[in-house]
Amino acid sequence: MKKMLNIALPKGRLGEKAYSMFEKAGFECPSIKENNRKLIFENEECAVRYFWAKPSDVAIYVERGAADIGVTGKDILLEYEPDVYELLDLKIGKCKMAVAAKADFRDKRIGTLRVATKFSNIANSYYSAKGRDIDIIHLNGSIEIAPVIDLSDVIVDIVETGTTLKENNLVVFDDVVDISARVIANKSSFKFKNKQIEKVIASLSKQIEEL
Amino acid sequence: MNISKSALKSEEKAVFALRSIYDKYGYSQYKMSKFEEYDLYVRNKDFLTSDSVITFTDTNGKLLALKPDVTFSIIKDSKDKEGYIQKLYYNENVYRVSQTTHSFKEIMQVGLECIGDIDDYCLYEVLLLAVKSLKSISKSAVLDISHMGIISSIMDSLELSKSQSNEILKYIGQKNSHQLASALEKYAPENENAQLLMELVGIYGKTDEALSRLEQLLTGTVAEDAFYQLKTVLSAFDGSDFKKLLRIDFSVINDLKYYNGIIFKGFIEGIPASVLSGGQYDKLMKKMKRKSGAVGFAVYLDMLERFGGEQSEYDVDTLIIYSADSDLNSVKSVTEKYAAEGSVLALKNPDKKLKYKTLVEINGDEVKVIEKNA
Repeated sequence: MKKMLNIALPKGRLGEKAYSMFEKAGFECPSIKENNRKLIFENEECAVRYFWAKPSDVAIYVERGAADIGVTGKDILLEYEPDVYELLDLKIGKCKMAVAAKADFRDKRIGTLRVATKFSNIANSYYSAKGRDIDIIHLNGSIEIAPVIDLSDVIVDIVETGTTLKENNLVVFDDVVDISARVIANKSSFKFKNKQIEKVIASLSKQIEEL
Repeated sequence: MNISKSALKSEEKAVFALRSIYDKYGYSQYKMSKFEEYDLYVRNKDFLTSDSVITFTDTNGKLLALKPDVTFSIIKDSKDKEGYIQKLYYNENVYRVSQTTHSFKEIMQVGLECIGDIDDYCLYEVLLLAVKSLKSISKSAVLDISHMGIISSIMDSLELSKSQSNEILKYIGQKNSHQLASALEKYAPENENAQLLMELVGIYGKTDEALSRLEQLLTGTVAEDAFYQLKTVLSAFDGSDFKKLLRIDFSVINDLKYYNGIIFKGFIEGIPASVLSGGQYDKLMKKMKRKSGAVGFAVYLDMLERFGGEQSEYDVDTLIIYSADSDLNSVKSVTEKYAAEGSVLALKNPDKKLKYKTLVEINGDEVKVIEKNA
């Protein structure tokens, strides 16, 4: 019997896009398209099992070996630094991590810079490379209001279209890093399900080249 | 002494198996105390898997550490004599920050070191013992092998800064070819050797195929010498069953400051991270003012905790419930009778959640089998 390949996908639009790429690669699982609340889907014929996970948890599933491979954003990989292989840039879900602040803000480098963010690790390494003393204010959402109500000087957050920033009178000051969806693999699974994983990767990279 | 296999936890079974393998090859056991002077670790802290160490002040004012590692102590005690080789193994508890819980943990570690005038046979023997160690734990195992000399000679030729070279090494370790390509483009544009690194990241597979591809790739380059050493050492596995478990994989990366030669990592199917890690670390020896070389590895037994141990459905084979007026001798003889067949637990008021195969009740002098589940 072929070994099942376990794939963790992020819930939401990005995961659906990623699934359609896996489907084209010959790892289809029709039951996933049924509209229900199930989170695990199997297709024994293709020896594949998908699960929907919270986007920030995909890396944990893969690092711990519950999933052999997974799709997750580069932001999550930079923030949590899981011990996994990063095999492919899917070039979907493209956006960037950026520093934003009120339009009239100037960093005169006096005193500590107050940075509001969901991505403490990324913000920390970005500013420590610049030798800037910062105070991280970890928030879980609605980061954009922090500078407006003077909770922070700047924010470090994901910018897709920039609409949310504009509506809150914020502007991008600096780009931190480009983000897109990556295929990651558990280090041990890569050895023991090597043929299956290499097949997925080869077929996905062909699709990306054709884009 | 007869020990039933089921009484041993999987990591305890592994310890017995590993020790008998190392004994067979003439490695002698190295015992050490729980404490070591902190000074020993402080200068080469990044050799340790985590740089946090539990320290305390001894009664004489000396700063001591609960040992986070055994290799340092072995090097410190080793003789530094030409032509001399010491073969040692250890089975010790070390104290480290766990990567998953981020708090200190006591970890049982088994490992071996071959210190002295290291030659190709020593390298082969340590690799062989690493594969044998993995195989004693599970049939489905893989030993990934790389050579730090190949990577470092190419990296040196790229003339990168420290932070650039760390970034490149990180991408190689992640098999992250897309970001490696753009980093090399940025830091070493139009450098032929940069292309070599890209090719190396793509190589993963059994030794024969990988070596012939490497030979085409590396002959006549800066990495030639390192490649031929790797090839020579691995040729000793020709015709051996263990060869099937070997893979060439350049994503096995270790600190360039300490490791110089062959390095490797072992994996077992069903365990999500590597269980064995080692390599040749002449550069650490040099840093510790030794002239000789060294190669060794460690097996991380904490990873085996959840592996292969089939949980019994029952807490105990026979549960014996006796009453307050039961005769001591009849409780004793009933307990002995069932203990001969399996495990017994004799209690007056047992926990209702206990699962047993047989339930025996002693009421006064009366002995009754109440329930049989298996």
